[in-house]
Amino acid sequence: MHVTDTQLTQASNWPDVVGICETYANDPHRMLDILRAIQDRYRHISQEAMEVVARQTGLSKIAVEGVASFYAFLSSDPKGRITIRLCDDIVDRFAGLTEIVEAFESELGIRMDETSPDGTFSLEYTPCIGMCDQAPAAMVNDVILTHLTPEKVREIVARLKSGERPEDLISHRFDELSPRERADRMVDGNIRHAGAVLLGPVPEDAGLKASLNLTPAQIIDTVEASGLRGCGGAGFSAGRKWRFAAETDAERRFIICNADEGEPGTFKDRVLLTERPHLLVEGMTIAARAVGAREGIIYLRGEYVYLRELIEEVLADRRERGLLGDRILGEDGFDFDIRLQMGAGAYVCGEEGALISSCEGLPGEPKTRPPYPVTRGYLGFPTVVNNVETLCHVARILDRGSKWFFGMGTEGSHGTKLFSVSGDCRNPGVYELPYGHSVAELLEMAGGEEAAAVLVGGPSGTMIARDTFDRKLTFDDLATGGAIVVFSRERNILEIVEYYMSFFVHESCGYCTPCRVGNVFLQKAVGKFRKGLANQADIEYLRDLSATIIETSRCGLGMTSPNPILSTLENFPLVYSAMVKPSKDRTRATFDIQSAISDARHLAKRRSYIFDRDFGE
Amino acid sequence: MTELPKARIATASLAGCFGCHMALLDIDERLIELMKLVEFDRSPLTDIKTFSHRCDIGIIEGGCCNEENVHVLRDFRRNCDILIGIGQCAIMGGLPAMRNAIMHSDEPLRECLEEAFITGRYIRNTTHNIPNDPALPLLLDEVYACSEVVEMDYHIPGCAPTGDVIYETLSSLLAGKFRGFEKEKIRFD
Amino acid sequence: MSTFRLTIDGVEIEASEGQTIMDAADAAGIYIPRLCDHEGLRHQGGCRVCTVKANGRSVSACTQPAEPGLTVDNETPHINKLRRDLVEMLFHEGNHLCPICEASGNCELQAMAYRLDMTAPTKFPYLEPCRPVDASHPDIALDTNRCISCGRCIRASQDVDGKGVFGYVGRGIHRQVAVNGPDLAHTDADISDFAISQEVCPVGCIIRKRQGFARPIGEREFDRNLIGHKINGKRDD
Repeated sequence: MHVTDTQLTQASNWPDVVGICETYANDPHRMLDILRAIQDRYRHISQEAMEVVARQTGLSKIAVEGVASFYAFLSSDPKGRITIRLCDDIVDRFAGLTEIVEAFESELGIRMDETSPDGTFSLEYTPCIGMCDQAPAAMVNDVILTHLTPEKVREIVARLKSGERPEDLISHRFDELSPRERADRMVDGNIRHAGAVLLGPVPEDAGLKASLNLTPAQIIDTVEASGLRGCGGAGFSAGRKWRFAAETDAERRFIICNADEGEPGTFKDRVLLTERPHLLVEGMTIAARAVGAREGIIYLRGEYVYLRELIEEVLADRRERGLLGDRILGEDGFDFDIRLQMGAGAYVCGEEGALISSCEGLPGEPKTRPPYPVTRGYLGFPTVVNNVETLCHVARILDRGSKWFFGMGTEGSHGTKLFSVSGDCRNPGVYELPYGHSVAELLEMAGGEEAAAVLVGGPSGTMIARDTFDRKLTFDDLATGGAIVVFSRERNILEIVEYYMSFFVHESCGYCTPCRVGNVFLQKAVGKFRKGLANQADIEYLRDLSATIIETSRCGLGMTSPNPILSTLENFPLVYSAMVKPSKDRTRATFDIQSAISDARHLAKRRSYIFDRDFGE
Repeated sequence: MTELPKARIATASLAGCFGCHMALLDIDERLIELMKLVEFDRSPLTDIKTFSHRCDIGIIEGGCCNEENVHVLRDFRRNCDILIGIGQCAIMGGLPAMRNAIMHSDEPLRECLEEAFITGRYIRNTTHNIPNDPALPLLLDEVYACSEVVEMDYHIPGCAPTGDVIYETLSSLLAGKFRGFEKEKIRFD
Repeated sequence: MSTFRLTIDGVEIEASEGQTIMDAADAAGIYIPRLCDHEGLRHQGGCRVCTVKANGRSVSACTQPAEPGLTVDNETPHINKLRRDLVEMLFHEGNHLCPICEASGNCELQAMAYRLDMTAPTKFPYLEPCRPVDASHPDIALDTNRCISCGRCIRASQDVDGKGVFGYVGRGIHRQVAVNGPDLAHTDADISDFAISQEVCPVGCIIRKRQGFARPIGEREFDRNLIGHKINGKRDD
């Protein structure tokens, strides 16, 4: 490195950066926390700051830059003191996002992706922030605003410009409110149907106490016998996952809670984290006892930063009450504690390997499998990664017994499931139902009977049409992590599909070729259909390219990203074929000579002697 | 064996360098063999400028960078049973398509022409004008591969393809025996 | 170390524990096409060109452990079609104009396209990146418009040269190889680094100045032989 660069980045010039690194013991595994803190402090991460972080943590600057440039909430360009992130989900778009954008732009005097010259405001888009049931929504720094209207935007901007903090928009007594009160004032709970397991009355720590009477092996047996399967979408048996981890010889083991729900249209974990945080930690503690883990991590998506204090408070409270830390409930050798890891805007971190990479301070890239996390995960130790809902279920199963849970739902899909319902329906929100209900039944409850299309499981799931609304919400029929997005007949299916493909393009980590490049091609191809520039062969092209991406991708993101296209080709074939332009006399109608020469015509200030027929007449 | 009627071949060079037509001549003395099977219609090699008959085969060198290229290519598509793209430019735009990669500004074509004729570091253009004779065909917004404009039937890769590859491909096509290229003979340069 | 047997395209070969499918295939003289993998470097599993079917499941051969009794499909029309799609994706992601590239004839991407019969235009659009060429270093130039993100230079510099000159930055389609400094001249890159050597960069992204076009057309590596011939040659011997 050049001398001048070294001088520029003398640690003494960046005392705060050094201090931040030291807060995390200069530990490179805490890189994400370090960079988040620098971003909060300076509103960006400069090249110089990266140099300092590199020196403090013993990494190369390019390694630090690799992390800093991966996450959407970290930036190398200075952002405004108040960064406004508008949720750009398709549900928000249909709920009037365009008007919200116009209002923000005109009130702030900046365009999207710009920062005001005085450095006060930045305006940008962000994918689904988990507020589809109260769209349009936005993040203003760490504050969530929902049900936005142009009138509200004008008021918000006026108040921010007058010097109020984003927090003041929630309440003038914000600082006096408890974390739970703060969360409740920002975000509606929208529990529409409470089921028997999670959202109904739940006794405190009954499951944890019951687990003390069982050996770790018996706990695993109980969970396995309950039929509990992962609720994040993949549906792997929770008990078996634990067994693998418990059976692997290791000095340390980890329990990680995946609270990174990023599937567009999902928000059920938001509700659990708000309403049942103790149940979640209880479930993690039981899991720790079962597999012999002493350390745990809750990985909270960056978009849910407004829940950070709430969870920290719950953890502190439980430590104080002897429910976390050494000798839990007085039991010798039952030691377990949890740290909260904030994400920073990366959907792919919901994939368990990527989530572990992120916890380790790396870019959120999935890990090579095998080895699987249960044998070699966080820092190389056996690691159980479970979804929030799965862990909450665990605590209830230990309290009420595996038979009770097994008895609910259907064969192969036991217990209850939380569904996040949003879009074109009267009662968006969370529904806890036993597995086995039909989509039509759920639509009736949610007031979405008029739906023309329902996206089950978010974009990586399946888009179905009216004729199959009798399909069942089970692992064997329509498996889902819980996202149910309802679309009325006014919605343009191709617009929805193109949006979701742009989402996957934005969220692909870029590690493997098919997902990094192939999804861009899929998005462009759908764009061609929308513009009427597709030919008949393009339908086969979509299928063919999708198949390659699915078969060769390295992780679940690429293996499911073509689903919006494949399931609409299957269930809504006419929306594609109606847009196709067949060749005439083997000349492509999709090549538009008029638009191709329009620039040159203006530049040359003359018309075409070949294609402008009336030339000279 | 009865004498088959000769296949009619037409050729054109669109946005190419004429190198592929030169390579056609690299068939050398086998051209005599080939001429027993074919006769040339519209082609720069014959200097015939319009189609006199419908042709069996049209050979296209180059992609489409201006309106005339599009016009000629469409004319070939209408008048030929089989269209063969020859060389990288026909297949994917080739070197002329380099301009596509720099055309990311608001007025890409203006920027491109200004750099080529006025502002470029090595330009000595005393008129300081972009040529704009009415006889000059209008440029397209970008350079297109032939298959984006019309449906193509076959392609012979290379820049330019060797005389051997051209001869073998044409003769096996004429005999109805074309089954793809030998891997060892595929070249992009 | 325990050894066992598995089959690749019906040929039974020997493998030992700890080997990947590709390791075992290489040792047995069976070539599995690959771009991001290179002898002497850690396996990455990023390009996916080495996709094979192992007991019917598609996996990357460079990272998938060899197992006793495994049945591996390598050179099937279906798998080669997948590979061709991947290679075409890489061609369309960057600016790969073979006729003017000094790597032409020695380029593994190009050679892989030959091997996989990439002769017709594809339906893929060209993404046409427009990144500045880094010619700051006296001996080395870097044209990342030709980069295929294989990361071989990153691993070579880190693990073999012990330097860390290169690294990935960005995410998704914007993920690219960058250097550990404002430009290449401000890194400790040296022309004698393994990472800079011709064998590491499979394409024309890392360019050694004043060394281009050394061998005439017809005599370059892949003018003479199909890619993979060295490994396949082991079997023929």
